Amino acid sequence: MAVSVTTRASRRTLERGPSGWLAAPALVFFLLFAIIPLFGVLFLSFTRWDGLGEITLDGLSSWTTVLTDPITGNALLVTAKIMFFSFIVQAPISLLLGVFTAAGQKYRAALAVLYFVPLLLSSAAVAIAFKALLDPNFGLGPGLGLPLLTQDWLGNSDLVLFVVVFVIAWQFVPFHTLIYQGGVRQIPTSLYEAAQIDGAGRIQQFFSITLPQLKYTIITSSTLMVVGSLAYFDLIFVLTAGGPGYATRLLPLHMYLTGFKANDMGAASALGVILVVIGLVLALLLQRLGGKNRNDSQLEGA
Amino acid sequence: MATEIQLPTSPADVVRRPGNAGRRPNRRTARTARQRPNFLGGLGGWAWLAFIIIPVYYVVVTSLKNQAGFFTSNPMMPPTEPTLDNYKLVLENDFAKYFMNSLIVTVGSVVPGLFVAFMAAYAIVRGKGRFLNWTNNLFLLGLAIPLHATIIPIYWMITRAHLYDTLLALVLPSIAFAIPISVLILSNFMRDVPNELFESMRLDGCSDWAMMWRLALPMTKPAVITVGIYNALHVWNGFLFPLILTQSPSTRVLPLSLWTFQGEFSVNIPAVLASVVLATLPLLVIYVIARRQLLSGLTAGFSK
Repeated sequence: MAVSVTTRASRRTLERGPSGWLAAPALVFFLLFAIIPLFGVLFLSFTRWDGLGEITLDGLSSWTTVLTDPITGNALLVTAKIMFFSFIVQAPISLLLGVFTAAGQKYRAALAVLYFVPLLLSSAAVAIAFKALLDPNFGLGPGLGLPLLTQDWLGNSDLVLFVVVFVIAWQFVPFHTLIYQGGVRQIPTSLYEAAQIDGAGRIQQFFSITLPQLKYTIITSSTLMVVGSLAYFDLIFVLTAGGPGYATRLLPLHMYLTGFKANDMGAASALGVILVVIGLVLALLLQRLGGKNRNDSQLEGA
Repeated sequence: MATEIQLPTSPADVVRRPGNAGRRPNRRTARTARQRPNFLGGLGGWAWLAFIIIPVYYVVVTSLKNQAGFFTSNPMMPPTEPTLDNYKLVLENDFAKYFMNSLIVTVGSVVPGLFVAFMAAYAIVRGKGRFLNWTNNLFLLGLAIPLHATIIPIYWMITRAHLYDTLLALVLPSIAFAIPISVLILSNFMRDVPNELFESMRLDGCSDWAMMWRLALPMTKPAVITVGIYNALHVWNGFLFPLILTQSPSTRVLPLSLWTFQGEFSVNIPAVLASVVLATLPLLVIYVIARRQLLSGLTAGFSK
């Protein structure tokens, strides 16, 4: 009997996983600065607070203010537009550039080295650079002598949204190119060799091998692109501060200005809750499109 | 289905068959479409390069002009008399101080962040049980939620903890925000470490703590580097936390200093652009030195 107890005990030691306590420090940080504030923002949306004084319960009044305010609707629209257009612009370019740089020739490698420079710049730096670059008097337009490029890009409320999308692409396409480059490199070359024997051309190979094999990469990149739209806050804040008028005031920026400039933390919190809901719905939708949990099978496709 | 996967033989296999051994295979047929010249792709590639480089060129060229030169010369032409005065002006305006603040915040949040995320990833991959499952799902949820929406309660917590306008106020939430992506990348890598290695170490009587540092860490080194670089870039370039959680020049970090400098010197565009160059230079130097490691790390980290 004593023997069987020992075997069982040692067997258990062998199979026993590590203590869950190892995950505790990360969990504590995450609960404290992400999950609790998540409930905090919901709670604060039912209060009145100027950011300095007392927090008082205020029922639904912040929600009524936010939901009846036309600026909220406008901010939602601007957010959706920027999200949509920057996705439409960024996704194909980064996919193509990723496929292009994945092949190993020297000159493509050299190009790729330069492509990734924007990754190193802070959004504040990028915004400041483009502000100067787009200046109608001292910027790129007059420099190249192209009258078409010489416009008040940031002061024209019809144009400014596209300028923002353009600058976003400049900064973020390199990152997504990198993701696609890695994805393409993981596609087994035997697939291409087989297709080659079957007489498939480059375009056919792209559509029947590269694209389907990149399914999970496309989902990862798209999720980061869509949910990451919030990261454009820094860029737009420095580039246009939401203007002219409300033309580029997207939701996160509207939240910041309502809370920290207009000192209405209740309404800003309500906007924060809307932001969380939108992010969550979009991410779940994209994951659903993917079909299955990508964490399950890491070695399967390799 | 299984046979279908085995059937197609690659040209390489054909070549290796004994009958073909003596013959040099025609190399052209063994080449894939990806390796043949791609004119359209090349054109697009060069066009994108121009798109990336022109703004960078403009910024550098302008930063070397003096005020008069800026107003009179062609914006795209290099200065006739290049000057470093703008750089001098920026460096005299506490650039070193802001640089140090950025460095402290970045190192202070990336190192502990890596440490706690690595332990969590190890527990999630190697451990069992509902608690770890639940923890992992919570982190995955964090990837989907725009966490910046929680900035108002964070601001409240930081002020109540009397940390407002300190560098620690930037470090703490930065660690938390980096956890979801760090745990995801690290655990994806760790899953590929063969179980037998852990088992044999366990048979030798190794504790989990020892296995974690002596087996899991060396095996996942590329992922650790990836996560470190990615988080460092994010924290170094971070703007929102410094904007909301700090105030005085003594706690100002680089990206915020660019913005305030722009406000102070709005008429002196060359000087503002010199500050942009100066703030980017350290990262550029690191990029030039550690490029290979950096890019392969990032590629591997996000394509898994």
